[in-house]
Amino acid sequence: MDDKLLIGEKKLCSRLFLGSGKFSNNKIIPKIVTKSGAEVITVALRRVDFQSENENMLDYIPNECVLMPNTSGARNAEEAVRIARLAKASGCGNWVKIEVISDNKYLLPDNFETIKATEILVKEGFTVLPYMSPDLMVAKKLKEVGASAIMPLGSPIGSNKGLKTKELISIIISEIDLPIIVDAGIGKPSEAAEAMEIGAAAVLVNTAIASANDQVGMAIAFSHAIKAGRIAYLSGIGSVREFAEASSPLTGFLNL
Amino acid sequence: MSFYEIYKKYEDFNIEEYINGLDEKSVLSIFNKESISECEFLALLSSKSDKYIELMAQKANKLTINHFGRVMFIYTPMYLSNYCVNQCIYCGFNVKNIIGRKKLEIDEIEREAKYISKKGFRHILILTGESRKYSPVEYIKEAVKVLRNYFDSISIEIYPLNQSEYKWLIEAGVDGLTIYQEVYNESVYEQLHLSGPKKNYLFRLEAPERACEAKIRSVNIGALLGLDNWIKEVFYTGLHARYLQDKYLDTEIAVSLPRIRPHVGEFQPKSFVSDKDLVKIMTAFRIFMPRAGISLSTRENASLRDNLIGLGVTRMSADSSTKVGGHSVDNESDSQFDISDNRSVEEMKDLVYKKGYQPIFKDWQSI
Repeated sequence: MDDKLLIGEKKLCSRLFLGSGKFSNNKIIPKIVTKSGAEVITVALRRVDFQSENENMLDYIPNECVLMPNTSGARNAEEAVRIARLAKASGCGNWVKIEVISDNKYLLPDNFETIKATEILVKEGFTVLPYMSPDLMVAKKLKEVGASAIMPLGSPIGSNKGLKTKELISIIISEIDLPIIVDAGIGKPSEAAEAMEIGAAAVLVNTAIASANDQVGMAIAFSHAIKAGRIAYLSGIGSVREFAEASSPLTGFLNL
Repeated sequence: MSFYEIYKKYEDFNIEEYINGLDEKSVLSIFNKESISECEFLALLSSKSDKYIELMAQKANKLTINHFGRVMFIYTPMYLSNYCVNQCIYCGFNVKNIIGRKKLEIDEIEREAKYISKKGFRHILILTGESRKYSPVEYIKEAVKVLRNYFDSISIEIYPLNQSEYKWLIEAGVDGLTIYQEVYNESVYEQLHLSGPKKNYLFRLEAPERACEAKIRSVNIGALLGLDNWIKEVFYTGLHARYLQDKYLDTEIAVSLPRIRPHVGEFQPKSFVSDKDLVKIMTAFRIFMPRAGISLSTRENASLRDNLIGLGVTRMSADSSTKVGGHSVDNESDSQFDISDNRSVEEMKDLVYKKGYQPIFKDWQSI
């Protein structure tokens, strides 16, 4: 069965998206990509040193990967749009992950500014994947303005707390006909599997891999977990019963 | 309201009495909490946490890696002018000190910028003494316009400005402000600043807020440790940082932890801050404010700086000079203070990689 993930014009085999911001050495990125099979990698434009001959992190992104610049550092829609345009003008392609954060205490995204930035950049031909706090009305609006996918947070960036917003993400998955990619806060492969089991299209992981003692090993673990969660979802997970099924059900007399 | 109201609330807080009342159980319970209060921060700074220093270090290490990754931001300072009208008794630039005074002309600034940027630095911190005659805001703006051609982001560490002056410089290309209160204790501040505009305690204290109101991207604050009881001063620094973070959510807040260093002049520090104290300060601060940056300058020696990587530091200066124009030429101006870590940027890069971290030079660019 063809279970590729369609986003924009891309057909992706891997549902693990990688963050690139916290690694101890960019040289590890190609190995992580190869071993985990990840096909999409997000890069903060604020960190890309286009002038450097030997420290430009884009040089470590394998050519076969889809590069998804993010607008980290943007405090409002205007800044996000400017960063996206700069990224495109610098040759980073037309995918963009919108990150508008005006909260340096919890790093929670500003949903309203995210909607504004999405609308502008979609009209300019970008494939836009907005990062947001899970809110159904905001997700509807993002779809309406042309987002190619939606990226709700699992829990705050860097917290590794897992799928704290599971219920809200489940609702968005049920109601919005777009790939829903859980981003931020996924701390363990089992949490990534959990996200996939409820129907997420993919999971983006940064801190949990970068902070691991064995970064490559952890990336592999996430890759397996995401595949397992996806297969489980497609196979149909059995319903959870509140009570045990009695050997003599109460309505068994009707069959007598 | 400004931070001054918070400071006044705690001005007469009997810190010694509070610390003496702490028991082991209450200190240990802090380590199970995700978010700690100001008083719990104080408990971690006190001698009551001495036996838990390794636990503090482990927690600080984990928090820093989670929130910042295994990266270390590297920058360097550039002194533009050491003319100063203030009489601060602890500072090498004190107006009464007979030192070689110098101010860089615009072509010299460009030469210095070219030299520094060739080494790979993408962020520059520019400093001046306080002199509206020799280094007025117009001069700093002109300097910023030149520096934008060589650096992706620019911070200033200059005399306090009013809000419209900060806005003006932000529009010119400044994205960060560093300003130390020097000492939060108002009466000690009065004793240490004998003349000049810097005598105005409140104007300096409220400078970070004016910059935040002007929408600066980042603010770095601190106290010069040694001028007064360090526990109190770090406590106030923490209160100030948290106040700024809570009130100005869209500004990145960071702290520096400078210990007073040998300088021209006779001033001797009142309070001694040991290396162990510095470790406690750094790790306690990280636990108190998990997402705030912590900056470590070349005031500290190489060996200590190496060991502090992994304990909460997120930014380090390298290849520093506290002389005006001191990067590109050997000149006759005097330094503000003695540098302890004289390693080059290449040596620092090697060291950071050896410690399992990635040195980064760029974390923003003007948009």
